Amino acid sequence: MSSDPKLERIAKGNALALCATGTWTASFAPVLERMVADAEKLAGTPQRIFIDVSEVAKLDTFGAWLIERLRRSLTQGAVEAQIAGLSANYSSLVDEVRRVRATPELDSSTITISGMLEQIGRTVAGVAGTVAGLVDMLGAVLAAAFRVLIHPRSFRLTSTVHHMEQVCWRAVPIIVLITFLIGCIIAQQGIFHFRRFGADIFVVDMLGVLVLREIGVLLVAIMVAGRSGSAYTAELGSMKMREEIDALRTMGFDPIEVLVLPRMLALVLALPILAFLGAMAALYGGGLVAWLYGGVEPEAFLLRLRDAISIDHFIVGMVKAPVMAAVIGIVACVEGLAVQGSAESLGQHTTASVVKGIFFVIVMDGVFAIFFASIGM
Amino acid sequence: MAKEAQSEIQNPIIRVRDITVQFGATRVLDGLNLDVKRGEILGFVGPSGAGKSVLTRTIIGLVPKVAGSIEVFGVDLDSSSTSQRRNVERRWGVLFQQGALFSSLTVRQNIQFPMREYLRVSQRLMDEITMAKLTMVGLKPEVAERFPSELSGGMIKRVALARALSLDPDLVFLDEPTSGLDPIGAGDFDELVRTLQRTLGLTVFMVTHDLDSLYTACDRIAVLGNGKIIAAGSIADMQASQHPWLRQYFHGKRARAVMG
Repeated sequence: MSSDPKLERIAKGNALALCATGTWTASFAPVLERMVADAEKLAGTPQRIFIDVSEVAKLDTFGAWLIERLRRSLTQGAVEAQIAGLSANYSSLVDEVRRVRATPELDSSTITISGMLEQIGRTVAGVAGTVAGLVDMLGAVLAAAFRVLIHPRSFRLTSTVHHMEQVCWRAVPIIVLITFLIGCIIAQQGIFHFRRFGADIFVVDMLGVLVLREIGVLLVAIMVAGRSGSAYTAELGSMKMREEIDALRTMGFDPIEVLVLPRMLALVLALPILAFLGAMAALYGGGLVAWLYGGVEPEAFLLRLRDAISIDHFIVGMVKAPVMAAVIGIVACVEGLAVQGSAESLGQHTTASVVKGIFFVIVMDGVFAIFFASIGM
Repeated sequence: MAKEAQSEIQNPIIRVRDITVQFGATRVLDGLNLDVKRGEILGFVGPSGAGKSVLTRTIIGLVPKVAGSIEVFGVDLDSSSTSQRRNVERRWGVLFQQGALFSSLTVRQNIQFPMREYLRVSQRLMDEITMAKLTMVGLKPEVAERFPSELSGGMIKRVALARALSLDPDLVFLDEPTSGLDPIGAGDFDELVRTLQRTLGLTVFMVTHDLDSLYTACDRIAVLGNGKIIAAGSIADMQASQHPWLRQYFHGKRARAVMG
C-alpha cells in the first residue's frame, strides 16, 4: 500500500505544477525532506506555482507539514503558491498544520569563554551558599531537637528505631568485613617493612594507634556517607519530588522534626557503635595477620598493645564519631531537600551528598587532629 | 488498493482473545475477548480495580499474561520477531495516567525523543514538527523549552499526548486522559481527541471514568467486570442494558446530571 513518494515538476502553460505522489508519511520523512529542500530552490521564479497533492496516497503530520513548508517558502515574493487537489480526508490536517507558527529561534547553548568564566564565578559564589545551607540545617535540627526535648511526646521513636536498623544493624556485616581486611593489610604491610629493621613488634603500636585514632572512625564514616548519606538524600529527594514534604507541611508537621531529626539521631547513635565495632574488627584482623604472617603470638600482641595505647587514643577516635555522623547527616538532608522536579536532579544531589559528605568528614578529621595535638591528647 | 484498504478496515486493529492475567492468586483478567475497530474511539470503563489499566498494560506488553493471544495491526505479539514488534511499537502511542514525561528532558526533547530514535531527519524538521504537535494539542510554542516539573497537570497531559503522537501513530492508548483535569479542561481534551482522531485518522483506545468523555468523545464503549467484557456497544446500548453495574453507572445521579 505504501509507495515511494515523489515530487514531479510539470509545466502547465505559464504555471508550474509540483505533483506530489506516493506516501507522504513519517517513515519517508528523510526522503521527503530532501525533495522539499530541492523544490524550495524554485522560490523566486516568476511562474505561478501549484502544489498538486491529488495523487498523494497517504498523508500524516510530517507530510502535511513539509507540503506546508514548501508552500510557505515558495510564497515569498509576489506570487503565491497554492495547494491544489486536496482530498476531503486530509483537508483538516492541512488546515491544522497551516495554523503552526514558524519555528521561533531556539536558544542554542554554545560554549563561550565568558560563559565558562560565569560558570566558575557562580560555582565559587555557590560555596558560600552551601555552607550557609549547612549551618541553616544544623540550626533547624537543633531547634527541632530542643522542641522535642520540651515535648518528648512528639519524638518519633518508631522512625528513629527503623533508621537505626537501616544504618546501624544492617551495616554491621559490611563494616566489620571491610575494617577487618584493612586491619589485615596494615599489619601485613607494617611487618613487611619493619622486619628489615628487626622492628616487627612495633607493628602493634602502629596498628593500635592508627586504628583507634584515625582509620577506624574515618573509614567507617566514609562508608556510612556512601551507604546511608546517599540513601537519606535519595529518600528525601524523591519525597520532595512527589510533593510528600509539602503534604507534611500543610498538615502542620515540621519536615525537619518528622523526617530529618530521626534520621540524624539514628546516624549520630549509629556511627560510634559502628566505629567501635570497626576498630575491634581491624585490631582482630591485624592481630591475626601478625600471628600467622609475622609470628607474633597473641599473648605477646595483647601485652604490647596494652603498653602501646592508652585510653586517650580510644577516646580521640570515639569523640570524632558523632560529630562526623552529624556532618554526614546534615549534608545528606540538605541535599535531599534541595532536589528539584527531575530524575537528573535527584542523581546530581545524591552524588553531591556523598562527595560533600566525605569531603567534610576528612576536613573535620583534620580539624580534630590539630585540636587534639594542641591539647596534648 | 481499494481491496487492501477494505480488508484493513474489516480486520480489527486490536484483537484480544481469551486473555488471562494473574497476580499471585488473584485473577485480574479471566478469558477476556475484545476487538477494537480501525478508526474508532473506544471508551473503556469499569469499576475501580477491575483491571482496566492492567488490560491496557497487557496489550502494550508491560504486564505478562498467563494465557491468550493479542494481535495488533494483524501481528501476533507473542510469535512476532523483534523487528516486527518494533514496527508495531512505532505505530502506536501511549499516554500514561501520570504523563510519564522524562523529567530531565525539556518538552521539546520529550516530543523529539521517539523521532530521534526512529527517524533520520534534520533537527530543523524535528523542531518544526514539534511546534506542529504542540499547536495540535493546543499548547503555545513557548512551552517547548520548559521542563515537565514546570508544567501544570493539564499541560503535562497535553505534552504527553503530543509525545504519544510524535511519530504519527495509527493507534493511541489513553489511560484516563481527563482524570485530574477541570471539567472545562477535560471537555477541551475530549474535543482535542475527537479532532485529532478526525484529522489523523487515529484509532483511540481510551480508559476513562469520565461520563462526559463517554458521551462526547467515544464511538463505542466496552465495560469490564469480573475479568471479562460484560458489555460492548454504543452509548444507547449501554443505557438499555439491564446489567446492575451498568444501570447504576449510566442511570446514577451523575449520569443524569451529564445527560441534562
